[in-house]
Amino acid sequence: MANSETVIQVDSQRIDLKNRSLAALLAWLLPGAGHFYQGRHTKGSLYLVCILTTWMLGFALGGGHVVYASWQPGDRRWHYILQAGVGAAALPALIQGNHMRKHTNKGITSKSYEPRWGGFMAPPHRPVIEDNTDEVSAWYATYGAGYEMGTWYTMIAGLLNILVIYDAYAGPLAVPISGRKKKDDDSDDNDDDNNASESAATGETNPEVNQ
Amino acid sequence: MISISPTYLMYYIPLIISISLVFGATRHEDTQTILKHAFYTARWITGFMAIIFVILLLINWMV
Repeated sequence: MANSETVIQVDSQRIDLKNRSLAALLAWLLPGAGHFYQGRHTKGSLYLVCILTTWMLGFALGGGHVVYASWQPGDRRWHYILQAGVGAAALPALIQGNHMRKHTNKGITSKSYEPRWGGFMAPPHRPVIEDNTDEVSAWYATYGAGYEMGTWYTMIAGLLNILVIYDAYAGPLAVPISGRKKKDDDSDDNDDDNNASESAATGETNPEVNQ
Repeated sequence: MISISPTYLMYYIPLIISISLVFGATRHEDTQTILKHAFYTARWITGFMAIIFVILLLINWMV
């Protein structure tokens, strides 16, 4: 049920953020899901398509090996922290990482190890040693620039979803007002631009406005 | 002059579309305003990258 603490007004549109924490959680689990829950279907669709497409494109470019969870010496996959920003899509990597960890002894993968789901999001066999021949270097050799770009795509998708989570929790961020846009309020040419900056100036993006 | 294949520059297109649209949408609610903001963001990022690209080319040419 709408109340003054969850209702904000942005671009002359009234938005009910509903349960903000739930919306943020949903937005993390599936990009755009928080916005669908709030009834913001256009933005929800935009986020879903843009972020998941970027993430899946990156995943495909890297041959499906760019997203994996590992914190072993020589293979500290800090990229996964950002990739996990897309939520459920990156979670299988955690299960695979834990499965691999159980089959790793003194930094070496046991011979009995079989990755789950055909190796989907599985970490490389250990040991992984920098500047040496191992499974990661084989992936680089196979996919070339695609492996590097795939890693970047998936990381950027995760980072973008952090902005989306904030949008689901608190509404759109305020638009900075530049001096260039402020000076000509009466100019017909810049009417549209001014509308955007005026909405920010009047605090329409701020939830406190309606409290 | 460029040590990588120009086709690698194509990687930039899906990224710029995605980043610009998401960036615009996190600042507005109205679709037209989102698209306008996305266009400005894409133009700004592209211009910034083009300037860096030219600077790097000049450095490469001078060294």
